[in-house]
Amino acid sequence: MPEKKPSARGQHRLDVRKTYKLYIGGAFPRSESGRSYPVTGADGDLLGYAAQASRKDARDAVTAARAALRGWSGATAYNRGQVLYRVAEMMEGRFAQFADVSVQGGDRDGLVAAAIDRWVWYAGWPDKVAQVAGAANPVAGPYFNFSVPEPTGVVAVVAPADSGLLGLVSVVAPVIATGNTAVVIASEQRPLTAITLAEVLATSDLPGGVVNVLTGRTAELAPVLAGHMDVNAIDLTGVLPAGRPDLERLAAENVKRVFAADEDWTAAPGTRRLLAFLETKTVWHPIGV
Amino acid sequence: MQGELAAQTEWDYAPAPESREIVSIAPEYGLFIDGEFVPAADGRQFATLNPATEEPLAQVADAGEADVDRAVAAARTAYERVWGPMPGAERAKYLYRIARLLQERSREFAVLESLDNGKPIKESRDVDIPLAAAHFFYHAGWADKLEHAGFGPSPRPLGVAGQVIPWNFPLLMAAWKLAPALAAGNTCVLKPAETTPLTALLLAEVCQQAGLPPGVLNVTTGAGSAGAALVSHPGVDKIAFTGSTEVGKEIQRAVAGTGKRLTLELGGKAANIVFDDAPVEGAVEGIVNGIFFNQGHVCCAGSRLLVQESVADAVLGRLRDRLGTLRLGDPLDKNTDIGAINSRQQLDKIRELSDAGEAEGAERWSPPCQLPDRGYWFPPTLFTGVSQSHRIAQEEIFGPVLSVLTFRTPDEAVAKANNTPYGLSAGVWTEKGSRILWMAQRLRAGVVWANTYNRFDPTSPFGGYRESGFGREGGRHGLAAYLNA
Repeated sequence: MPEKKPSARGQHRLDVRKTYKLYIGGAFPRSESGRSYPVTGADGDLLGYAAQASRKDARDAVTAARAALRGWSGATAYNRGQVLYRVAEMMEGRFAQFADVSVQGGDRDGLVAAAIDRWVWYAGWPDKVAQVAGAANPVAGPYFNFSVPEPTGVVAVVAPADSGLLGLVSVVAPVIATGNTAVVIASEQRPLTAITLAEVLATSDLPGGVVNVLTGRTAELAPVLAGHMDVNAIDLTGVLPAGRPDLERLAAENVKRVFAADEDWTAAPGTRRLLAFLETKTVWHPIGV
Repeated sequence: MQGELAAQTEWDYAPAPESREIVSIAPEYGLFIDGEFVPAADGRQFATLNPATEEPLAQVADAGEADVDRAVAAARTAYERVWGPMPGAERAKYLYRIARLLQERSREFAVLESLDNGKPIKESRDVDIPLAAAHFFYHAGWADKLEHAGFGPSPRPLGVAGQVIPWNFPLLMAAWKLAPALAAGNTCVLKPAETTPLTALLLAEVCQQAGLPPGVLNVTTGAGSAGAALVSHPGVDKIAFTGSTEVGKEIQRAVAGTGKRLTLELGGKAANIVFDDAPVEGAVEGIVNGIFFNQGHVCCAGSRLLVQESVADAVLGRLRDRLGTLRLGDPLDKNTDIGAINSRQQLDKIRELSDAGEAEGAERWSPPCQLPDRGYWFPPTLFTGVSQSHRIAQEEIFGPVLSVLTFRTPDEAVAKANNTPYGLSAGVWTEKGSRILWMAQRLRAGVVWANTYNRFDPTSPFGGYRESGFGREGGRHGLAAYLNA
């Protein structure tokens, strides 16, 4: 664990360690199971203990995400953009902390800036995506006809295992920028970055429940979310390809939208993830006097 | 007064049948593989019936795994050697040719569709066939403009598309699937529904006449096993399915882990919502069109009427009067409003669910209605006193059966409308513009018809939320299902 730091008076003092907990519905509970697991850094040192979420925690997170959906998806796109930008401001303020915790977790040095910049990029999308993904449709009849994108709903996200902060931001931001709410399974090996991000989310203006973060065993949690009847879509990017087919079969039980894309997180993201969790609604109305 | 009015309007119509001479049905049809009509490898056939008479129309080749394999191989070769490398402008011209031939032979297609499916000629003539031609015409123009469609500078086709379509709009569903797939540069293996193979085979003939290169379109008629063989074939890059939610889930499981792209257009249980300020006559026409169009064999049918309590009696009174004027019978008669149920199996399902409605306590009503002695028929039927937990309020009946529920407030209407696992479509009837948009925002459905119902257009994206499937057909959005951006 991190060594002692100098105190304000220059004397050595005992540092105050952090308890890393889950983030569900805007609160930081421990796992209801009482379990935790040790998290070690790239060099094998013990960094701390993370909560080991249970199936029940996963179901609670879905309930929280569902409860938050109406408010978040119903907020104006301008408002969602401002809230997301506020998150980036909070991240910037914790730059050093993110650098410490992500590098200890195994991230390559210097990716914190990229992660914050990516969050800013997505913060600009909420009030633009409808103009990119929507349409006015010239039907052959006296009808006004338009298509608008709408959030799919509650999206389960298995965050990439091999990337701490940048990968996490790259999969979470597009989901909520488009008005969905998320239940995120953090990287099993690098969960502390995810909880640090959760602390940022909790102190920004993001309503509780819009993002929920579970730490623990992916193999235990992912099937619960893949088979959950109140989850509308799932991003399996953080599951190794060999593990995906079983989860995809579970997802079919309520016709979930399934997405997975293995990416170089440092590359420009494009709009693929932004468009992956949107539905298209088409509205017709007669034209007449 | 009502009885007096009814007595005065009981005029008989003289029969006005469309001639079936325009179409010549062969005794036997082969599969369409690599540009030629061929028998199934094992020689198996099945009969397709006229559901209005139960008489066999033709024997049709029953594709097995070997046939599907050959069709996929032909499609692969055509994709790699001909259709994939072909400039979009050339692909476009083939599709324009097909659109024009469909228009030129439209009456023939309409009669054949009504014979094989049982739908009234006025629907096949005025809706199915013109829209099918329109889909080819619209998508033809995309073939050489894909780089401007918003999917990046050089979107690529996916390869071989396996497409499994239902029996309710046989030619139109073929057009919805084939036109965007071919425009985007894919080649296709189409599996028509077992009970309605004939117009897809006539379309194959049209493609021959249009000079479409062999293998670009293949048609493997057969039962569900032929569809399953296509879905699980490793040489297919993309599966597009329209049909029941149950089968859609099986397909989603079957393609899990294969990397195949998938779009699903599945079932629905749409709410058609009538507010107290809606003009009653227009709303009643919309309700009738919503559920009795095509015998209710419509995935987006307005099968749940949600009517505001204050006007429920008035609306239902007019609705009953209107149902009394619907004409059920010979699908080829130009005055027929309600044709035959497509199959014995579907008729059994409609009967079972209707019986369940009665058993669960809803009140059943049909107008006096003479059903023909032969063929598959079901009268237009109304259930009142329906509660949300009733099977007829939850399950897709896919027949001319309307479940009526009431509501008091807009919030209650939204809650009831969204209270199914489906999310394909919805209808809203009100004079108030702001309320239309408020409702449209809250209804979890891929298509919302306001003061209209069951309108379709090739430029208009169609598809569901939730268990009604994913992906869109039509418009710019529909192209995404057949492109690698």
